[in-house]
Amino acid sequence: MSGARMSALAILRGQIERIETAEVVHRHDRVALGHGEVDDALKGGLARAAIHEVFCAGPQGAAATGFVMGLAGRVTARKPLLWVRQDFSEIETGALSMSGLKELGLDPRRVVMVRAADVESALRTSADALACDALGAVVLELWGETRQFDLVASRKLTLAAQGSGVTGLMLRMAAQPLPSTAETRWMLRAAHSPPGSASMPAAPWDAWGAPRFDAELLRNRHGPCGRWIMEWNCDECQFSEPSTYSQPVAAAPAHRPDSAVLWERRAS
Amino acid sequence: MVIHALAEAAERLGLYIGQPLANARAMCPDLKVFDADVVADAKTLSDIADWCDRFTPLVALDPPHGLFLDITGCAHLFGGEAALLKTLVRALARQGFAVGAAIAGTSVCARTLTRQASGSIVADGNETAAIERFPVSALGAGEVITTGLRRAGLKTIGDVAARAPSEITARFGARFSTLLAHALGQGDAPISPRKPPPDYIVEKRFAEPIATDTMIAMTLSRLADTLIASMEKQGKGARRLEAAFFRTDGVVRAIMVETGRPVTKSAVIDRLFRERLDALADPLDPGFGFDMVRLSASRTEIVVQEQRDLDAHVHDNDELAALIDRIAARIGGKRVVVHLPEDTHIPECAVMVAPAQHYLAAAMQAEWPARVESEPPLRPLRLFDKPEPIKVPFAAVPDGPPHQFTWRRALHAVVRVEGPERIAMEWWRQDGKQLTRDYFRIEDAEGLRFWIFRDGLYEGEVFDDDGKPASPNWYVHGLFA
Repeated sequence: MSGARMSALAILRGQIERIETAEVVHRHDRVALGHGEVDDALKGGLARAAIHEVFCAGPQGAAATGFVMGLAGRVTARKPLLWVRQDFSEIETGALSMSGLKELGLDPRRVVMVRAADVESALRTSADALACDALGAVVLELWGETRQFDLVASRKLTLAAQGSGVTGLMLRMAAQPLPSTAETRWMLRAAHSPPGSASMPAAPWDAWGAPRFDAELLRNRHGPCGRWIMEWNCDECQFSEPSTYSQPVAAAPAHRPDSAVLWERRAS
Repeated sequence: MVIHALAEAAERLGLYIGQPLANARAMCPDLKVFDADVVADAKTLSDIADWCDRFTPLVALDPPHGLFLDITGCAHLFGGEAALLKTLVRALARQGFAVGAAIAGTSVCARTLTRQASGSIVADGNETAAIERFPVSALGAGEVITTGLRRAGLKTIGDVAARAPSEITARFGARFSTLLAHALGQGDAPISPRKPPPDYIVEKRFAEPIATDTMIAMTLSRLADTLIASMEKQGKGARRLEAAFFRTDGVVRAIMVETGRPVTKSAVIDRLFRERLDALADPLDPGFGFDMVRLSASRTEIVVQEQRDLDAHVHDNDELAALIDRIAARIGGKRVVVHLPEDTHIPECAVMVAPAQHYLAAAMQAEWPARVESEPPLRPLRLFDKPEPIKVPFAAVPDGPPHQFTWRRALHAVVRVEGPERIAMEWWRQDGKQLTRDYFRIEDAEGLRFWIFRDGLYEGEVFDDDGKPASPNWYVHGLFA
């Protein structure tokens, strides 16, 4: 390759870099998810002001919803969340239940739901919402393969998110990953409850515990990919490494008197 | 079959409304006949009423083919009563309607005049003189009363008016004597307008009709400026705005925009209408152009001024409300929703979905039942509106959970179970007999988690036709994360 051509390429690369970084004000704003290895892979946590995609197979919709809700709960920081979905998705996987959201430790008061009639209006609404910096995050839930969500649409959403600092989360159920401008791309599956230890194997009647996700990071623009089991901790509202016990260990009751004190009282 | 309506030419031949069709055919063999369409007639009348909105906001229907326009305080805008009447009659005639019109102090008097002396204008106090020579049928009091009056020898309205009111009331009822009094200008009944008059109206008329999008947008934003200026003087903001586009050929298109908070900026109005016009399924068709555009605020509210600069939180809420308004203008207010808790144990009724424009503030302050600390989620994240039936082959314990089940044609083997959680229906509000549900939280071999329930207690609530206990049905109600 001749020197002139090389320098032309270098100039173009420089220009593109400037275009891309000029808009990125919120680049270093990252939120730790709580799972050590995942946070390492993500260089400190999930980037705000970017688009993240979560894919799943059809029947795994609820698990992916839980994962997206967890991500949204981490990034919104007490700001409102706009959830955009198609009309029919509540027949396919059920409506997002606010009682269930509360049980995950998240705040249903800050969720505004948009029921779009078709993909175009869903995309347009999300792009609009991503440009509104009063929001913490925008979730766009799409069911099935969609022709309309192409690279151009994805780029539009990314630009809107970079401009305002709002995080965009795409929940793609029953869809195959395609090239896009997303910062990260995940493939979600439901994970089993822990099988129990050798001394105490879990019986069918053993209750299961916190939500667990088998999360595969398929694409990460600024780091390695990987696959982890992540558990959502409903009390602390963050992800964590999987625990061995399916049920949380009960804390010592605070309101009961200590047994020794009780004994002393009886003796006296 | 009888004649419902007829053309002028047919009337000249001696045909009349109510005549049997066979008789009419006998008189005029080459009569052209069409089926009467009462609904379409009513629609046409209502379209004409829409068009008449350009003269006054108070337009009332007088079916089957009349309209009342209350032009009190409007006439001078059109160069006086005579000019208004002339403009109206000429414009309607140009659209192909045969029209009779008259102006009088009371609605009944004006209606009587349109039937006999179209185009007349009667000053206050002259009603009796104006209508006394007309036949009693012009009052429009109904067939029975008109015939009765005629049989009594009272041929004109003047004859009837000459009798003592008590005699008329005794013979024909109080309703007719009131009608007569109104026709003679003694007292007036208010008309009932089709729409409540808007609080604020601004409009722009064009000598040369406009048709381009840019002109329409520019007109709207100018009108918005004027509207805001007049509302601002009284400290009001608009909650519902309507833009009406009057086409030169008489078609009127009205477009409505609602907001969650009172709007006080013309730029916001401008943007809302732009979103709405962009998203119209059937776009605004200018035809040969619009000769008038009207912007009205049909619902207004007093604006509460808030301290904005110091409190970023208030600013954020404003931004969110504005975003919701924009989305609602584009895709409809019912599609943007918030959720409010309901005080019930029945899972599908525990959440109320409400339009975000009106309930945003309520939703932000709602009290949700607290979750139990250090427990896994007890309610699913995805809830089916209608529980989906599943096939359960058998249960090991009669009222225990199933070992496997078929949902959406896939077999799920149960690995872990938690439950039951029994939810009894609310006896104080149910209409029919509803069954107690035993809910189980279940994890299958793939790690998917379900919320399933058995509808009805085992051997307690479900019976077959012979009265013997039947096996209850099972349903999936939700999916856990």
